[in-house]
Amino acid sequence: MNAAVLYTLMGVGLFSIGLHGFLAQPHLLRKVLALNIMGSGVFAVLMATAWRGPQLPPDPVPHALVLTGIVVAVSATAFALALLRRIHTATGRASLPEDTAA
Amino acid sequence: MNAWIVWPVVVPLAAATLSVLAGQRMARVIIGSATVAIVGALAGLTLQVWQNGPQRHVIGGWEPPLGIQLYADGLSVVMLWMSTVVGALIGVYALGYFAHDSGTTGTAATGEHGDNSELFWPLWLFLWAALHALFLSADIFNLYVTLELLGLAGVALVNLAGGQLALVAGMRYLLASLLGSLAYFLGVAFLYATCGVLDVRMLSTRVSAHPAVWLAIAVMTLGLLLKTALFPLHFWLPPAHANAPAPVSALLSALVVKASFYLLLRLWFQVFSVVLPPVAGQVLGILGVLAILWGSVLALRQQRLKLLVAYSTVAQIGYLFVLFPLAGGTAWGAAAWSGGTFHALAHACAKAAMFMAAGTMMAALGHDHLHELAGMGQRLPLSMFAFALAGVSLMGLPPSGGFVAKWLLLDAALASGQWWWGAVLIVGGLLAAGYVFLVLRQAFAPLPADVRYRPVPRVMELAALSLALLAFLLGLMAIPPLTLLQIGAPFVGGLGTEALP
Amino acid sequence: MQGHPAANIPLSEGQPGGCSVRRLLALFSWALVLVLAWAALSLPSHSPGLVDFVHAELEHSGVVNPVTAVLLNFRSYDTLLEVGVLLLAVFGVWALPRERVWGAPLGAPVAGPVLHTFVRLLAPLMIVVGGYLLWIGAYAPGGAFQGGAVLAAMGVLVWLSDLAPLPRFSRWDMRMALLLGFATFLAVAGGVMVGGGRLLEYPRLWAGSVILLIETALTVSIACILILLFLGGVGEKRRATEGVREREAKQ
Repeated sequence: MNAAVLYTLMGVGLFSIGLHGFLAQPHLLRKVLALNIMGSGVFAVLMATAWRGPQLPPDPVPHALVLTGIVVAVSATAFALALLRRIHTATGRASLPEDTAA
Repeated sequence: MNAWIVWPVVVPLAAATLSVLAGQRMARVIIGSATVAIVGALAGLTLQVWQNGPQRHVIGGWEPPLGIQLYADGLSVVMLWMSTVVGALIGVYALGYFAHDSGTTGTAATGEHGDNSELFWPLWLFLWAALHALFLSADIFNLYVTLELLGLAGVALVNLAGGQLALVAGMRYLLASLLGSLAYFLGVAFLYATCGVLDVRMLSTRVSAHPAVWLAIAVMTLGLLLKTALFPLHFWLPPAHANAPAPVSALLSALVVKASFYLLLRLWFQVFSVVLPPVAGQVLGILGVLAILWGSVLALRQQRLKLLVAYSTVAQIGYLFVLFPLAGGTAWGAAAWSGGTFHALAHACAKAAMFMAAGTMMAALGHDHLHELAGMGQRLPLSMFAFALAGVSLMGLPPSGGFVAKWLLLDAALASGQWWWGAVLIVGGLLAAGYVFLVLRQAFAPLPADVRYRPVPRVMELAALSLALLAFLLGLMAIPPLTLLQIGAPFVGGLGTEALP
Repeated sequence: MQGHPAANIPLSEGQPGGCSVRRLLALFSWALVLVLAWAALSLPSHSPGLVDFVHAELEHSGVVNPVTAVLLNFRSYDTLLEVGVLLLAVFGVWALPRERVWGAPLGAPVAGPVLHTFVRLLAPLMIVVGGYLLWIGAYAPGGAFQGGAVLAAMGVLVWLSDLAPLPRFSRWDMRMALLLGFATFLAVAGGVMVGGGRLLEYPRLWAGSVILLIETALTVSIACILILLFLGGVGEKRRATEGVREREAKQ
């Protein structure tokens, strides 16, 4: 058991929590946040792979992948939030119709 | 200039950038030249692959595993031609569609998208670039970026329709798309942690039966199935495809769902093939069968034309997955591989033509209620003809592309002794005939006197007809693409073509 | 944001599904945690990774910071497409139906002398910090995105405290700023091929300068993109060809 394993476990935990929130929460803002939590989980798993031992320099490739992933996540989140506002303006609701009916 | 392979990606990106800066008229010139340049580059690449086998391009001169490599074999080239030809004709159709649309204040059915319709062009170019980048990339993380590019472009295009239905459908599509990408991304992280490389070719030599690899396969497959909208993960597709503007529906149904299918094909047969047990392919095949039946039955029950066509896509996606239990390193395995991929090609042409014809009718009538289509056969004979021809390909009648695809799959099913897959193909064809005739019967009913009807630009009808003709005649020119598909294919020996009548 | 209907979307809206559905979902999630944890624990303790490959080529990359070397050189194609994703998000927001409600300046009521003075002091500092982050990226953590994010925050802050109007992205020069990073990156990517090189293959001697050029252009564009994404397409006329149409109308 080392720090990297702990980070990986935290990552998969975050991913699962995020997925649960995504499926369980009808509110669109919560769904978008849940997707971000899932994304953070994947980032954590990826960051943990950079660890190679106490004395060795970390692997820069996962760092770069995570940075790219963050930018993609920012773009998708911003777009989703703008879309969410338009849906709220147009329908007066912030959830998908099938979730509200359920 | 030997590197033809990079231009199908670089040219649409450059054109998208320039078209945002340029004026409306200049933008048309830029987009037109870009299309010509893409076709030229693709012709060069095809020649290279044809003569010298699969092509590689080491980006930045950094060999994998450090850098990213582009890779084109027969399958990539066939997919690139599919996206280029279908995408370009959809572009031609869109010229007429948006000109027609901005000519009025916008009707209830077509939404109020005169406002932002100029954004169709950069978004369409980005979508094109994303498709081409995906078909050419040989790096699993780079593929993740292309998936996100594709997903965001798709959703943005759906939202161009403006109305409430389109916004909600766009959100559902966005959430499904992001969830699918994240699942894929988790798989990438696990694969990197286990194998330490991202290059597809190097990965294929390093994967082993390891729990983390199993998990990566599972989550990547699930994510891509969600993006491909395979039953039962298809819930987001019909509303998104039916409520988008017609050219966008055509792009999404014809091309975008094929991208994640293509990626699945690559991963299953070229990366994970050593660790996947045969039963996994059977599961995908069964889901494919359920998709064919469920999609077709729901298509028969729709009241709106575009929803009918969208459910037909759900059904047609099923055929693609019949490939998985049948393909393999046997004589019939090669036929199944060719049949499945050829089906992607034939369906792209046919479904784009169908959505375009449906969009033309909707533009003429202002709605797409099935039971009020009477007289369309007289008013828009070219569009109805296009719809019928495309329908022939969906049913799988000769000499259409759909016929060849189904014939190859059927041949593989019978040769492998798994006749039940073949039975489903035939039932699916009959069901497709059912929903195509449902539309034709309505459209050829006598023209009611009191229906208001707006003339539509002829270019819309002609674009749809060209694609429908292509789908119809694809069976007669099947040998070149089928031969091309063999270059670099995982299953060599047995061209798959000798099975043809 | 006060008084705007869409600003106060109640988070309680929509109830999660019935009790049995929730139990099933919880069961599924716990199963997922266990499966994922099992896979995570089975991972090799020392991931092979690519670190040796990076360090072997680092001296040819033009920068000292290995992460920047990966982002802007070894895997620069990822970064190019990533900037495409950012731009696409802006186009996607523009493609949404026009939002009419959020017309008034967002923060006008709170603007007061303390805020004004503070922002006036802060803004130049943030420009310096943004520039520093861009520059230091070659040697240590930092780079175009970090610098651009600080600049974007400065822009939002100045606008929220009502010190300056928003830049109008329908104007041609603002649109140039928006696209500058992507266009420069793409021009370099294809331009190096003219001499027979490969896509994004910088000349070895000039690699450091080329990376700095790309990153500088990216910083400007990323700042613009993030400001636009913050606004979410609200607050200005933003039709894609508006400026052009106005010009065409004048002629």
